[in-house]
Amino acid sequence: MRPLTQPKATSTRPAIALKGVVQRFGGYVAVGGVDLEAAAGEFVAIVGPTGCGKSTILNIVAGLRPPAEGEVRVFGEPLAGLNREAGYLFQADGLLPWKTALENVALGPVLRGVRPGEARQRARHWLAKVGLAGFEDRYPHQLSGGMKKRVALAQVLILSPRILLMDEPFGALDVQTRQLMENELLALWQEDRKTVLFVTHDLEEAIALADRVVVFSAGPASRIVGDFRVELPRPRDVAEVRLTEDFLAIHREIWGLLREEVMRAHAR
Amino acid sequence: MRARVRLWQLGILVLLLAGWELSVRLGWVDAFFFSKPSEIAGRIFEWFSTGEIYGHLWITLWETMLAFLIGTLLGVVLGLWLALVPTASAVLDPFIKAMNSIPRVILAPIFTLWFGLGVASKVALGVTLVFFVAFFNTYQGIKEVNPVVLANARMLGASGRQLLAHVYLPSAASWIFSSLRTSIGFAVIGAVVGEYLGSARGLGYLISQAEGVFDTTGVFAGMVVLAVFVVLLDWVVSRVEARLLVWRPAPGQEGGTV
Ligand SMILES: Nc1ncnc2c1ncn2[C@@H]1O[C@H](COP(=O)(O)OP(=O)(O)OP(=O)(O)O)[C@@H](O)[C@H]1O
Ligand SMILES: [Mg+2]
Repeated sequence: MRPLTQPKATSTRPAIALKGVVQRFGGYVAVGGVDLEAAAGEFVAIVGPTGCGKSTILNIVAGLRPPAEGEVRVFGEPLAGLNREAGYLFQADGLLPWKTALENVALGPVLRGVRPGEARQRARHWLAKVGLAGFEDRYPHQLSGGMKKRVALAQVLILSPRILLMDEPFGALDVQTRQLMENELLALWQEDRKTVLFVTHDLEEAIALADRVVVFSAGPASRIVGDFRVELPRPRDVAEVRLTEDFLAIHREIWGLLREEVMRAHAR
Repeated sequence: MRARVRLWQLGILVLLLAGWELSVRLGWVDAFFFSKPSEIAGRIFEWFSTGEIYGHLWITLWETMLAFLIGTLLGVVLGLWLALVPTASAVLDPFIKAMNSIPRVILAPIFTLWFGLGVASKVALGVTLVFFVAFFNTYQGIKEVNPVVLANARMLGASGRQLLAHVYLPSAASWIFSSLRTSIGFAVIGAVVGEYLGSARGLGYLISQAEGVFDTTGVFAGMVVLAVFVVLLDWVVSRVEARLLVWRPAPGQEGGTV
């Protein structure tokens, strides 16, 4: 029987829905049966021990490598090929080394046929927005690690994707830069509430940023072993929120589970 | 530091030349077989002052440029094609390896037969050398494209042709450029060896003429002119390379600066 009422409007469908997703590399089962939903506008953090398949999941959502089994839906539509709704901040440096910061940020619009002059104009605006006014003509190798991450962020955000995939974007930064960028990310996110999948090793970072924290088990055949809602008020300051009672309580709760998985991964 | 290195280099050169000159003058070695730096310099001066050398230089340069351009163009295009189309590379791989294993000197007489004694046979010989250098480097350069950069460009919306323009070619550029400097050397070899084995003009012809009459001074003078010629060409290519690859970090300063 078909339901009488139509399915709800796109905005209330989950932005991302994974069902029974399995990924293999040769004989190795990296991810074994993941169900994960992210509502439109939700900030979801993914934590788990190293090698558990976090990047693998992002690559699947990006459409870069389709899953061996299972289903991926984006705003209700089955994903075929690359995910056109998603912007992807890669774990490793993905900037084009032969283009300046400005040219890197302008790349997305240029590829979409925006006139070069206008693309550069918009890129200038976005570089300023991530705090890099004056660095337009630097090549990536002339930028610090934190600056490169900002350029990469601007490169992705200039296309205003509805979904933002971030793979340990701040992992290699020092603590001060990191907190600065976390706050900037939250401010940018607050503007238009994209759906975010944010992968990190750092549980504190996950809780400080996200609406939900999803815990992956140690590989092989890793699964989701915990899914926690973070009810901390927004807007947040990532440094201050860490000191609140609520933060510590939820940290304790998730850490109990995560530590087990990290130990299991370590024992291997 | 730079100045000291230059000073050392100059010192070694002077010492070698002086040693050579003296051993001939003191009769330790036979001038017939070894000539003398002063005489060689004199011969080179004579060539340039009478203007006799220019025609030969020009023809060698012309052959070199043609071999270089044609060989590079063919190599880059085929390298791109094979690197981006796996089936093509799987099918053509044994043919390319087999052709590359042929010693080029053997081809020279055949090319003379086919293309005559003029410029064309020398260019053909140079092309067979230059082509493979450009081809292998382009192929390698494309294969070594950073997969994250590639994935990033695709996520940003690049089509196949856009990937070629924005990722593959710029990424392979440093490989292609390093091959250009080797190629220029090979193009000269093709031209000179071709001339040496059969022609009526060019530096290779000049040297072979001198050898024919046991004129060691002429042979050495020809080699010196040839060496300077190659160094100058290499310098020109390296200037162009530096201009086009400004985005590359200087060796040893990879990574952040701030
Ligand atoms: N292209 C590949 N070929 C073979 N194995 C792979 C490939 N990509 C990932 N793997 C394997 O799959 C598992 C999951 O890898 P993935 O990169 O997703 O881990 P991760 O959770 O992102 O780790 P980290 O936190 O260290 O980034 C690992 O065991 C890894 O070795
Ligand atoms: Mg990873």
